[in-house]
Amino acid sequence: MSMHTMSLGQQSRLLGRYLLLMFIACIFIFPIVFMMMSSLKPDFQLLSDTASIRAFLPVGDISLDNYRAAFDRAPIGLFIFNSIFITATTLLLSLFLASVAAFSFVFIDWRGKSFVLAIVVATYILPFETVAVPLLLLVNKLPWLSSEGVTWGWLNSYQVQIIPWVVRALEIFLFVQYFKDLPKDLVEAARVDGASWFQIYYKIVMPLSGPVIATVAILKFLEMYNNQFIWPTMVVQEEGYRPIMVGLQYFFQLNTPWGEVMAYLTIITLPVLVFYLALQRAFIASIASTGVKG
Amino acid sequence: MSTSIKRGNVAGWLMAGPAFFLICLFLILPFFMAIWFSFTDQRLISPNEPEFVGTRNYERLFGMSLLTLDAQTDESGAVKMKDGEPVYPRLRSYTRDKDTYPEYFRKRQWFTIDRSDNRRTFVLASDIVFLKAVKNTLMFVAIVAPVQSGLALLLALLINQKVRGINIFRTIYFMPVVISMVVVSMLWRFIYDGQNGLLNNILGFLSFGYLEPVNWLGNTATALPSIMAMSIWQGVGFFMIIWLSGLQTIPPTLYEASRIEGASGWQTFRYVTWPGLRNTAILVMIVITMQAFTLYPQIAVMTSGGPLDSTQSIVFQMVERGYEKQDISGGSTISVFLFLFVLTISLLQGFLTRKKS
Repeated sequence: MSMHTMSLGQQSRLLGRYLLLMFIACIFIFPIVFMMMSSLKPDFQLLSDTASIRAFLPVGDISLDNYRAAFDRAPIGLFIFNSIFITATTLLLSLFLASVAAFSFVFIDWRGKSFVLAIVVATYILPFETVAVPLLLLVNKLPWLSSEGVTWGWLNSYQVQIIPWVVRALEIFLFVQYFKDLPKDLVEAARVDGASWFQIYYKIVMPLSGPVIATVAILKFLEMYNNQFIWPTMVVQEEGYRPIMVGLQYFFQLNTPWGEVMAYLTIITLPVLVFYLALQRAFIASIASTGVKG
Repeated sequence: MSTSIKRGNVAGWLMAGPAFFLICLFLILPFFMAIWFSFTDQRLISPNEPEFVGTRNYERLFGMSLLTLDAQTDESGAVKMKDGEPVYPRLRSYTRDKDTYPEYFRKRQWFTIDRSDNRRTFVLASDIVFLKAVKNTLMFVAIVAPVQSGLALLLALLINQKVRGINIFRTIYFMPVVISMVVVSMLWRFIYDGQNGLLNNILGFLSFGYLEPVNWLGNTATALPSIMAMSIWQGVGFFMIIWLSGLQTIPPTLYEASRIEGASGWQTFRYVTWPGLRNTAILVMIVITMQAFTLYPQIAVMTSGGPLDSTQSIVFQMVERGYEKQDISGGSTISVFLFLFVLTISLLQGFLTRKKS
């Protein structure tokens, strides 16, 4: 329907609708804009700007000084590297182990399958928070093979932030749900032709699974990059292994250097936002898919 | 024939084995460890072997007693008054005397209830901070769950219309969801600041200076509600998308039929939209409730449980004990308690969804 064919009443109703949509959009976007603009301003201007619309505008004494100061205060490059390394490793391991497990649940008959599946399903309702404290004791006693031989205790390491997070029931579910809808005869035909299960997995099933891989990757990315806070706080005391969210503690002090904090927050957030805006359909589809099956 | 083709015991275990092993080692084993530790005095590092202590950890968390006392009287029988209030015997004489009053020993006053004719009931508890954490978490759940899901539904209905550019609005409403709660909490600490905070300035501007600045996070009355409001802001887009995918499963023919019948907007919502959203509604409520129960980063970044324990949460207390104080048994006891909550919620979900089919 174009504007010309609308009555005046319809037009004003449409205008009202847009005004409402825009007002709500401001509520969501202004704090984020405020964060980014503040990161460019010296502290005294940042504080006085909150009194006016200038808080949301790049005006006054604009510079990247806060970013320089933030990098001086904390080893931000190291924290970013740690977060990206932990996120990427977990994500790849998770995609592989969850899809392979889901493959065996959907396409193969094996003894004990229903038992294993039932246990995996049961862990769906177990939030990580309920096992964090005993897990702290457990990882403190696990062995690890390194160049110096067998060492005990995983505290202060990358593996303690990666391995416990690799597999979650949700990811297996999402793959199972997707695999169930794939045509079964494709797999059976390959089986009759003598293909091994693993060949079928990576030559037939995985190439067809783009959408579910994207979904799991996005959910895992958000979980690992954004939400790793409680666990690294508990198991990492050494700076060298700290992820970026925990690094924020360098800025907790009596007189908060707000300009630097806003710079740090912007550094953390910008890559995710760019990623989101570029792939927003996939992001939204992945969230929607978590809600399809309860 | 097809069963023999699908048969593969070795392949099956090889493929599912690694994932199953990791789930067992990092979720199931620690879950049972939590239950066991909650009955011992396990610490992270201790020279002594942990001992079985029965239900002592639970008693320490939940121990509560009621003590009703009469106001003190002087020789003539009149009630002693001080500053217009009747004077009651000192609680210490009850809570420090293990031999005469073992049930009150080492408990502290949580709150009091005034009865008629100069009697007062003292509610004593072993662990007031934990009980406040439970109370705050329940309040958080009770307010955030309905408000967040309700607002998310309104946004979903708003976004579900076919007008030009609607995708831009959807993208913006969802934006805070992809930002870490840690980042959001730090940002809002500044927005809520008592002196230069953005919120105070905006409210002052909108009310022409009528509203006085409030130290939102420094005030026992406003700290928890402020955290609730921020949490709703951050997460509402997530549930908007879940509602939206629920809305899109409702067949358009139903809407057409109701339009032909001449139904009003409200009637269409009441008799077409809402019944079609039943399962989505249950899912949304369950997920919000589960998330709200594990309230943590907001507290850790914004208030550390203060002021005066007004923002303590269950998970914050769990970390405080299990990690900060290295009291594994105390933290595990809280974990078990949290799990029982979550289990109740999931059973409720199972019950609600089963009832329909």
